[in-house]
Amino acid sequence: MFTGLLTHFGRYLGMMGQVFSRPEKTRMYWNETLRQMVDIGIGSVVIVALISVFMGAVTAVQFSYQLGGQLIPRYYIGYIVRDITIIEMAPTITCLVLAGKVGSNMAAEIGGMRQKEHIDAMEIMGVNTAAYLIMPKLIAALVVIPLLVFMAAFIGIMGGYAASVPTGLLSAEEYIRGLRSFFDPYNVTMMMVKAVTFSFLLTTISCYQGYYVKGGSIELGKASTQAVVLSDIFILLSDYLIAVLLTG
Amino acid sequence: MIRAEHIIKSFGDVTVLKGIDFVFEQGKNNLVIGKSGAGKTVLLKILVGLLQPTNGHVWFDDLDLCTLGKKELRQLRMRIGMLFQGSALFDSMTVEENIRFPLDMFTSKTRKEKDMRVDYCLERVDLVGSNRKYPSEVSGGMQKRVGIARSIVLEPDYLFCDEPNSGLDPKTSIVIDELISDITKEQNITTVINTHDMNSVLEIGDNILLLNLGNIAWSGSKDEVLDADNEYLQDFIFASPFLKKIKERMN
Repeated sequence: MFTGLLTHFGRYLGMMGQVFSRPEKTRMYWNETLRQMVDIGIGSVVIVALISVFMGAVTAVQFSYQLGGQLIPRYYIGYIVRDITIIEMAPTITCLVLAGKVGSNMAAEIGGMRQKEHIDAMEIMGVNTAAYLIMPKLIAALVVIPLLVFMAAFIGIMGGYAASVPTGLLSAEEYIRGLRSFFDPYNVTMMMVKAVTFSFLLTTISCYQGYYVKGGSIELGKASTQAVVLSDIFILLSDYLIAVLLTG
Repeated sequence: MIRAEHIIKSFGDVTVLKGIDFVFEQGKNNLVIGKSGAGKTVLLKILVGLLQPTNGHVWFDDLDLCTLGKKELRQLRMRIGMLFQGSALFDSMTVEENIRFPLDMFTSKTRKEKDMRVDYCLERVDLVGSNRKYPSEVSGGMQKRVGIARSIVLEPDYLFCDEPNSGLDPKTSIVIDELISDITKEQNITTVINTHDMNSVLEIGDNILLLNLGNIAWSGSKDEVLDADNEYLQDFIFASPFLKKIKERMN
């Protein structure tokens, strides 16, 4: 098993080496990057917005319940929703969901191309397939996913407002006072570090799974599932490591 | 000219190719034939550099494929065209975009020059008017022709065709065979065709290599096939009862 892990890791590094080699034609890569940005960005806005609203709403309701009857000012709910959303919920939950949506799609797309000999066809033409197929996806993800995470944080905080103010859990003034209290811009930096790291992981792991797929449709399905599972595991692992490193 | 020099290929304990020495000549249709599992596809993949041989060398004129660095290999590959069994056309691109892809990727031609080249290739494979169609909107035979157009768009020196007639009706097969053969002669390129189609063997086989269990069972030209004193070749070529009857009548 250990040898297997080492083999995968070595192959992953080899693939990444090819991904970062010089493009044959920058314009072709640029066009593909724009297409990927649209695919990842526009295609994920609705799902990210939806989960963000509920993420903020649930956080507000849960903390309101937890803090009820204690000697903690109610405006703290706004403060907690803001920080939890920025530090943890927006980057982690968004990227876990995107690993399922975007990651599995990348694995299936590249895996399908492998099975239909599209990758072989490009190789024979002389195209650096790892670079042409993965680099645009990676650049697009590194640009678009942090923006989605930023949007998720904003919508999440708004979700917290929508779930707590109209329902009478706390007043609008209290919620906004909470949002404006104890703000540390470093938390936003932490959110962006997480967003960029998670985007890199979910993209490269998913592409790796698709790029080296062998066999037929069952194996392609397995690779797609594996892409999501491994991306999620590595996102959570790196979440912990980033938390330790950046807060230590 | 492509020269295979003592090619051995093993996968674990199984040796698929057991020392192939062969010259694929320029300006000729070089056909590789053999039963399923004889090692044809493995040989073709080694010739185009998708697989590394366990032992031996592949020479493209004076270039040894097996010792080339990545950069040189890419440069050589730009001189290679390949038609895949399933055509391997990019689904998300139109017929025209598929043919244009190598030009966009590797040349610095102007848009007009690229248009002219694409138009020429479309005309050459008799597909004028299909520019805007997607691969899923054209027939299997047309997909093969698009594949041929894409493989010749960079004016390659070497053309590889993996079972170009598979899944096609006999008439379309003849059209595809003639097209490949004409392009080979016109452009004086080295063409290697992996096929099961006996009609192709007897029609366009300038140089034929018959593989059996990883060895060369016979080699020669289409004119030598009928008279060859090789039982395995005769059994293979005239495997179908229909062809057997024809041969008996000819005799």
